[in-house]
Amino acid sequence: MNSIIKGKAHKYGDNINTDLINPPQYLEKSLEVLAQHAMEGVDEHFAAKVAPGDILVAGANFGPGSSRETAPIALKMAGVGAIVAKFFARIFYRNAINIGLPVLECAEADRIADGDALEVDLGTGTITNVTKGESYTAAPLSAPVMDILSAGGLIPFLEKKYGVDIDKKDLA
Amino acid sequence: MGMTMAEKIIARAAGREAVRPGEFVWADVDTAMMDDLLGPRVVIADHIRRMGDRVWDREKVVIISDHYSPAATISQAEILQFTRNWAKEYGIGKYYEGLGPCHQVLAEKGFDIPGTLMVGTDSHTTTAGAFGCFGTGIGSTEMLGVLVSGQIWLRVPETMLFVWNGRLQPGVYAKDLVLRTIKEIGQAGATYKAMEFAGDAITALSVDERMTITNMAVEAGAKAGLIAPDEKVAAYLAAIGAPPGTPLLSDADAAYSERFTFDAAELVPQIALPHEVDKVVDVTAAAGEVIHQAYLGSCTNGRFADLAEAARVLKGRKVHPEVRLLVSAASRSIYHRAIREGIIETLSEAGAMVLAPSCGACLGLHSGILARGERAISSTNRNFVGRMGHKEAEIFLGSPASVAAAAIEGRVTDPRKFLVEG
Repeated sequence: MNSIIKGKAHKYGDNINTDLINPPQYLEKSLEVLAQHAMEGVDEHFAAKVAPGDILVAGANFGPGSSRETAPIALKMAGVGAIVAKFFARIFYRNAINIGLPVLECAEADRIADGDALEVDLGTGTITNVTKGESYTAAPLSAPVMDILSAGGLIPFLEKKYGVDIDKKDLA
Repeated sequence: MGMTMAEKIIARAAGREAVRPGEFVWADVDTAMMDDLLGPRVVIADHIRRMGDRVWDREKVVIISDHYSPAATISQAEILQFTRNWAKEYGIGKYYEGLGPCHQVLAEKGFDIPGTLMVGTDSHTTTAGAFGCFGTGIGSTEMLGVLVSGQIWLRVPETMLFVWNGRLQPGVYAKDLVLRTIKEIGQAGATYKAMEFAGDAITALSVDERMTITNMAVEAGAKAGLIAPDEKVAAYLAAIGAPPGTPLLSDADAAYSERFTFDAAELVPQIALPHEVDKVVDVTAAAGEVIHQAYLGSCTNGRFADLAEAARVLKGRKVHPEVRLLVSAASRSIYHRAIREGIIETLSEAGAMVLAPSCGACLGLHSGILARGERAISSTNRNFVGRMGHKEAEIFLGSPASVAAAAIEGRVTDPRKFLVEG
């Protein structure tokens, strides 16, 4: 996975929940369809606006609600390269990490405006706002989280670390 | 220093003497629950083959098809078919379909065991905390890791303590108590943390009522919602022939990140206004809001006492002509008991439509979807935009009695006026 992600900011508010990110009526459809409808509850044009690598920026508590991993999957498939928010709901945070979608907690997320050009350095947690000429620091990722993200998600992490023939004892 | 029950359960699962909040541990999972919506079909089935095609312990895996059952579309039917076949192929004997929402079925089948760690592909897995079981929701990839290894990494959460003293007044319920709690701390107030509920108002509640509270812990962002297991939990488990488990209780000198105290006697019925679960007001402040549909059911509030209380409100009365009242018992066994005790007849005579035990209407999958501009009152746990159908529909959340009262008047109203003994 690239440790530097460059893209345009798409800015949303607080408490963007999983029903807004990934409306329940589409859950029976394919992941491609879910991606086309990503964020539809808050922005019907989201999927059309996002270019690969763009960065979703939100306020407090991004992703509360359902355990549906299809929420971060839909965002990733829609092209989102990383998400920056003040903080994330717990299950969404884990799910995003597990599918290899970087999520950064940044207290200064409010300083980023819709359309700003951003560069996110996952290694250092530095977010550079090229448009505004500012930089912000995201909370450092914990060691288990960084290990999983560096591998590209939980599945490659498990495969890489333990091989395909996983033995429970190896995990202890 | 002592430990909270959340810390003790995680320490036990991690094979450790003690753990502290903020630590990362690998923990052994006691029960892994998948549903039809986010279970085998998402990520899991595709990848498990490459990962040795094995399940660490088939006896510890439960699959419950509840969201799409009974199917409303061909794709829903195919998801059910896929899940059913997957359970068979992987030798998962504990497969349940058509019995009702998973969290109620888990309790009735004896999986909510004190002192154990349960993970489920549904966020309301926190419900098991009513039994002193650390239940938490996880995603599908995470579940894949659990299926192949039996383990999960956890960050030990801080615990927030919520003490409810005194007794709830007539017409005020566990639902009102948990909505008031969420109002206090906000929908992100317990993010990454465990919520522990205590006090004589909590111990006075039945296990069923406690499940309403722990079910909604996730609506404040919590990782788990826990209540100390007591003799009521022991009696519940004994009655269904489930093992007693190892009740783990918080030490007197356990460290809590925050403590809150409430007086239950002062609580009045609460309503969560559209579109946030923490937008909670006293029912009087929401009175008069017109509704078109009233939904009584779900893993939050579809248990026997919930249906019985709604029937008490509706007995001898009629549902407003411009309102649809939908009723879905939280399980087949609750449905049977409600039939035996005349509850279903009372509700139906009042004008209710009685549906299969299912998750359908709660998240707008089937059996009661809202149209644009429609407004509902619901005994469920979420009122997000688009939750029960069209994104321009609106949802009020309340207790079963509040749902029944609103169904009669066609407007949100104080249920206590229908509960005065005459």
